[in-house]
Amino acid sequence: MSEDPTVPLPEMNDNSEEDVLLNRWAEQDYEFGFVSNIDQEIVPKGLNEEVIRWISARKEEPLWLLDWRLKAYRHWLNMTTPQWAHLEIPAIDFQNISYYAAPKAATKLNSLDELDPEIKSTYDKLGIPLEEQLILAGVAVDAVLDSVSVVTTYKEKLAEKGIIFCSFSEAVREHPELVKNHLGKVVPYTDNYYAALNSAVFSDGSFVYIPKGVRCPMELSTYFRINAAGTGQFERTLIVADDEAYVSYLEGCTAPKRDENQLHAAVVELVALNRSEIRYATVQNWYPGDANGIGGIYNFVTKRGLCQGISSKISWTQVETGSAITWKYPSVVLQGDCSTGEFYSVALAARAQQADTGTKMIHIGKDTTSRIVSKGISAGRGQNAYRGLVKVRESATNVRNYSQCDSLLMGDRCGAHTYPYFEINSPDAQVEHEATTSKIEEDLLYYCQQRGLSTEEAIALIVNGYAKEVLDKLPMEFAVEARKLLAISLEGSVG
Amino acid sequence: MLEITDLHASVDDKAILKGLNLQIRPGEVHAIMGPNGSGKSTLSHVLAGRPGYEVRGSIQFNKRNLLDLVPEERAWAGLFLAFQYPVEIPGVSNANFMRSALNQVRCQRGLPVLEASDFLKLIREKAALVQLDPSFLSRPVNMGFSGGEKKRNEIFQMAMLDPKLAILDETDSGLDIDALRIVAEGVTKLRREDNSFLVITHYQRLLDHLKPDIVHVLIDGKIMRTGDYTLALELEEKGYDWLKAETV
Ligand SMILES: Nc1ncnc2c1ncn2[C@@H]1O[C@H](COP(=O)(O)OP(=O)(O)OP(=O)(O)O)[C@@H](O)[C@H]1O
Ligand SMILES: [Mg+2]
Repeated sequence: MSEDPTVPLPEMNDNSEEDVLLNRWAEQDYEFGFVSNIDQEIVPKGLNEEVIRWISARKEEPLWLLDWRLKAYRHWLNMTTPQWAHLEIPAIDFQNISYYAAPKAATKLNSLDELDPEIKSTYDKLGIPLEEQLILAGVAVDAVLDSVSVVTTYKEKLAEKGIIFCSFSEAVREHPELVKNHLGKVVPYTDNYYAALNSAVFSDGSFVYIPKGVRCPMELSTYFRINAAGTGQFERTLIVADDEAYVSYLEGCTAPKRDENQLHAAVVELVALNRSEIRYATVQNWYPGDANGIGGIYNFVTKRGLCQGISSKISWTQVETGSAITWKYPSVVLQGDCSTGEFYSVALAARAQQADTGTKMIHIGKDTTSRIVSKGISAGRGQNAYRGLVKVRESATNVRNYSQCDSLLMGDRCGAHTYPYFEINSPDAQVEHEATTSKIEEDLLYYCQQRGLSTEEAIALIVNGYAKEVLDKLPMEFAVEARKLLAISLEGSVG
Repeated sequence: MLEITDLHASVDDKAILKGLNLQIRPGEVHAIMGPNGSGKSTLSHVLAGRPGYEVRGSIQFNKRNLLDLVPEERAWAGLFLAFQYPVEIPGVSNANFMRSALNQVRCQRGLPVLEASDFLKLIREKAALVQLDPSFLSRPVNMGFSGGEKKRNEIFQMAMLDPKLAILDETDSGLDIDALRIVAEGVTKLRREDNSFLVITHYQRLLDHLKPDIVHVLIDGKIMRTGDYTLALELEEKGYDWLKAETV
């Protein structure tokens, strides 16, 4: 399952225009760029077996997990960074990163009242409902600040249904068998460079288990926040939906504005058993860096779901507006017969952002179906690449895939690139691919302006309309946030 | 309301409007007729502020110099153009489009933004005025609308935005007989002492309904003749050649 589409790529476009004054992008203030003043425990910079042992000991992990981490680390030492993406990634000094940062007070919380007020105010600023009374909103939240999970709300209510929703560390302690059974099964540590690194040093994340026949009664949500300077964030999420289970999961991310680049290398594994369904939505708004490409998060993430059971379904929806560089391919392995995989994506690259994102749909089971809808938006000096693989094994008869990849270009200094790969080994597969590239027509802007919309409002409206098919897949509150994010990220543009 | 003096407009050095004068007072309905390619749509776009024209002359609109304003400022000032060729906006519902536009326009005119329920009431009322089926409100703006439906949608938008001066560029072309009557009745209901209409058309039929106060004939970028309603009847009968001949 660890195939990378390692296909030789055309040279990256020359975008040597440096004149910032000519850059028609006003630098927008990144709304979430504040730094919280929290007492932190940070492990010294550098990576070696000692650090890994320290993290594992700090989290009171069982030996099998430490062994797994060390194996991953040793494997990682012999790996090289992936070079095939349409990205210019400056060399990263992995010894200059701190691999563990935790708010000091957050050992184990029994109630929200024990939460450090500064942490709580961080999440308040982010608009994350940590208050129990917001149960009415129907969202249960796990909040990960830097390396550790700070609080998980509504745990009891979920426990009544047998649903486990907790931090990864807690799952290791309380449900070791579940974790052991599934950890690394969908994304093995050998999968790729960043997955191996994550497996070695991951510090926390979320864990979800939905028992047989249970429909999770609320949206589950994790909010990731990088706060400490000089650190990386390496969280790991594992979601298991047992037979006939259903869960909808939301993930949001922000980070302070800093001049340094920070690495975020997460792994997400989803396992869907017979007739179960997992919907996983991401609204990614890591700090994107400034108009000159200074600062910003490197978002190098491995997300993969396994439709293990028959008639199971996994659906990824992502709205990627942040990060300096995004390297991310949420994928589905369609093993169970009649299973379904979906990928809905809006990726925006403005300012000097680079994104290389897409999906892999691996059809193994019979009568499996996949659908890919990708909407790229490039603006400023942004470079946006869609990269998608549809692979149909010999065993997979009667496969259907539909892919649609649209690119929207704003201005003439940005780029959009589409790299679809097909490996079809089953003769009766029906695979359909459509791709379009468009600009915002002047007449369309003029029409909107004639009705009284300013250029910026018109662009926001048009872009939201362009991305509608994807935004419609998000739960309501997230869709509203995503629309605003798209509009904010495009402010200062001229059509 | 509107005073155009010696207006010239050209595109890529091609002169289209060549010294046009026109005056519209509040409450009046003016019609402009003229052969294909004479510059009628160009006039409407120059008034609305579409980029790409080189413009000379002066346009006063309610004491403001219209040529100094960007298109949205002209809309806020109360100018509306029903397009000859309305534009499609994928993924943006008609209702959403109108809500964004109306909020902005009201805000700029110093009016409070409408509550959701009031907006809903208004949008239903205005859709009913032009007998636009409510299903069109949730469809993306003009996407897959028939030619006539697009035109009707323009008049619906006009009704929503309550302009001071509405320019209707061949709104009647493409409307069936019943639709033409409905649209004309809608426009008639919107007529007030303080608003005006500039109706561009090729056909007598719309004018039969609207009863314009003044009819102009635009030929080769200039107003060649101005008269009352009977001028339209004369044109219907004789065509434009006799006027063109007079020019020469
Ligand atoms: N962008 C442009 N580039 C070149 N020529 C143009 C452009 N826009 C308009 N014209 C020309 O200017 C002239 C006037 O066009 P306009 O659309 O104003 O005519 P009209 O009177 O509205 O005609 P119709 O009755 O057919 O709608 C035409 O000859 C047209 O080809
Ligand atoms: Mg015309």
